[in-house]
Amino acid sequence: MTPTFFQLIYEFLKTGLFAVGGGMATVPFLKEIARNYSWFTENELLDMIAVSESTPGPIGVNMATYAGFRAAGPLGALCSTLSLIAPSIIIILIISRMMRQFQENKLVQHAFYCLRPASAGLIIGAMASIYHETLFHPGAASFAAWLNVPALILFALFFAGVLRFQKLHPIVFIALGAVCGVILKL
Amino acid sequence: MQILWQLYSSFFRIGILTFGGGYAMLPMLTREVVEKHQWATEADLMDYYVIAQCTPGVIAVNTATFVGTRVAGNTGGIAATLGVVSPSYLIICIIAAFLRQFSHLEVVQHAFAGISIAVCAMVLNAVWKLISKSAVDRLTASVLVLTALVTILFGISPVWIVVAASCIGILAKRGEKKGDSK
Repeated sequence: MTPTFFQLIYEFLKTGLFAVGGGMATVPFLKEIARNYSWFTENELLDMIAVSESTPGPIGVNMATYAGFRAAGPLGALCSTLSLIAPSIIIILIISRMMRQFQENKLVQHAFYCLRPASAGLIIGAMASIYHETLFHPGAASFAAWLNVPALILFALFFAGVLRFQKLHPIVFIALGAVCGVILKL
Repeated sequence: MQILWQLYSSFFRIGILTFGGGYAMLPMLTREVVEKHQWATEADLMDYYVIAQCTPGVIAVNTATFVGTRVAGNTGGIAATLGVVSPSYLIICIIAAFLRQFSHLEVVQHAFAGISIAVCAMVLNAVWKLISKSAVDRLTASVLVLTALVTILFGISPVWIVVAASCIGILAKRGEKKGDSK
């Protein structure tokens, strides 16, 4: 096994153990991975989210598989996926034996009271620079040059669409995004 | 042995027919687990699901492990979990390999630039829902804002923030209770 496999196992065990609150909660961890290793860039994270949302399976698992594949092919994907789910399996195997105690445990409830907003804050923090790169021109000389006007307009339209049609499948918006990108040569 | 195979194949179906995980998986889960195999009642399933949200890791994976363990012990938990991630593994490997071959094409690059914007809008929507559910008072709102600021400014590992937030929650709630009793 080369160091890459060990790194993948370590990073995704960490993600599986500390990402609380579902698939999107893995984004801050993936961003940290993008920064520390050369497996994929921060901007490629958006492509990974897009692919993970528009293919079957849980988003968190899809993103881990994708990241592992980018790092070291099919075997890398196997390492990252199994490492992501290992902490879950161990924790649930323990908890399922004392379900009531866990559900009514005050300590757990209190911890989660602040964990949930922290999880939301982490996602915002992770996405901030990605938004900056996608919707603006970082490092531009003037304010007007900084704004990526077509991207911002498209973003506003998409956000209105997502708000208005909550029930619509994400793949519809992703397909529309692809069409707009090709037509407008973004 | 047969029950393990049933768990694996049931959760394989749930994995392949669920887009996005989390809440999207509930209808499929109910159909396979409650209606088809009667492995659990709907009330049991909701209990598992709630706990799966309050434990680390992907919600769909946690739920699968939970149901599998309840039905057939530790090996059952592992069989169900491998079932729910198998479709992801196969499909994503194919797509990732495919995309790598075409990613240099200009059309593909334009398409992904457009997709990025759509994804930004969808993530904002998801984050907004999280905010409105989790920032319920002054303490939780400050935790949210502080977490976001600290992450943006200092790039601290999310691990420390998760640990710190749990401690703040436990300490703050404990203090509150003492105040009430006085």
